[in-house]
Amino acid sequence: MELTSRESWAVIHGLILGTIFLLAFSGGLAELWSLRPGWESLQGVRRRYRRLYVGVTTMAVTAWLTVITGTWIVYPWYREPLAVQGEDAFAGCEGLSLPDPETCSPRDFLLSNARGETEAWHTFGMEWKEHVAWAAPILATAAAFVVLYYGPRLISRPWLRAVVIIMFVAAFAAAAVAGVFGAFITKVAPIV
Amino acid sequence: MESAPHHDEDVAPELAELGLTEKPDGPAAAAVLAAGVGIFVLGLLTTLAVVSPGLNDWLRTWEWGQGVGPLAGKTILAVIGWLLTWVVLHLVWRRSDPNLRTVFTIALIFGLLGAVGTFPTFFEAFAGE
Repeated sequence: MELTSRESWAVIHGLILGTIFLLAFSGGLAELWSLRPGWESLQGVRRRYRRLYVGVTTMAVTAWLTVITGTWIVYPWYREPLAVQGEDAFAGCEGLSLPDPETCSPRDFLLSNARGETEAWHTFGMEWKEHVAWAAPILATAAAFVVLYYGPRLISRPWLRAVVIIMFVAAFAAAAVAGVFGAFITKVAPIV
Repeated sequence: MESAPHHDEDVAPELAELGLTEKPDGPAAAAVLAAGVGIFVLGLLTTLAVVSPGLNDWLRTWEWGQGVGPLAGKTILAVIGWLLTWVVLHLVWRRSDPNLRTVFTIALIFGLLGAVGTFPTFFEAFAGE
């Protein structure tokens, strides 16, 4: 049971940070949803807010760590131009059933269509994922700021609470697009 | 575009015991609008990088040899745009109560435009023009 350095970073980026993000989102959304007048005693409000602060802050921090590790550590391995030989941009991928760290990066492999019609995983999936993912930390940070700034006052302001929930869910949606395409792309063309 | 004063304890009496002080809406409005602007900058640069090979090459220079490509410039500049907008709006609105509904609507429009700009089917339509 062994993972290479690259595989370890891919696991940290996609699995570990992704799982923490998902947990923080679930907890944070449940707490935000329950912030309604008359639902809690004073003690309940205090306890709920401690959990909410932890949830929204964890989600924002995790979102930043995920996009930074993804963009600056994992993505360069994904997009290395390794396969080009002379006029043939994907010669290094010929006959392969998986990317090769020496001759065919995952991007090369997908664009080469060496194993079926894989090009769109890059031209649509990766192109969308790599950009839209960055909306997640921005939205999660804004949502966390509003929660921390207003504190329990959000209970009495349903409209503002709805704004926070929209930003929170939008952050999750952006991360979900990135996560789902990341999982599928890793299945077709893993970083090895 | 000022909002009405809040009466939190009237709506949620359980808050009275917490002794919360009144806070202006300006800082929250700044955070919400800046998020929309940040996403808009991201989408705009993503699309413009397809339209202009020169801009695409310049965005690539932000990678500092790490192999990230133009994504480095797009995301760094989007984050800078987001943070700058947040700081400026925060300073302007820190003691005021801008109408949050108006601010959120503007932020939503920016955010949606930015999201469209990051969608491959949209930005690839400008390739080669």
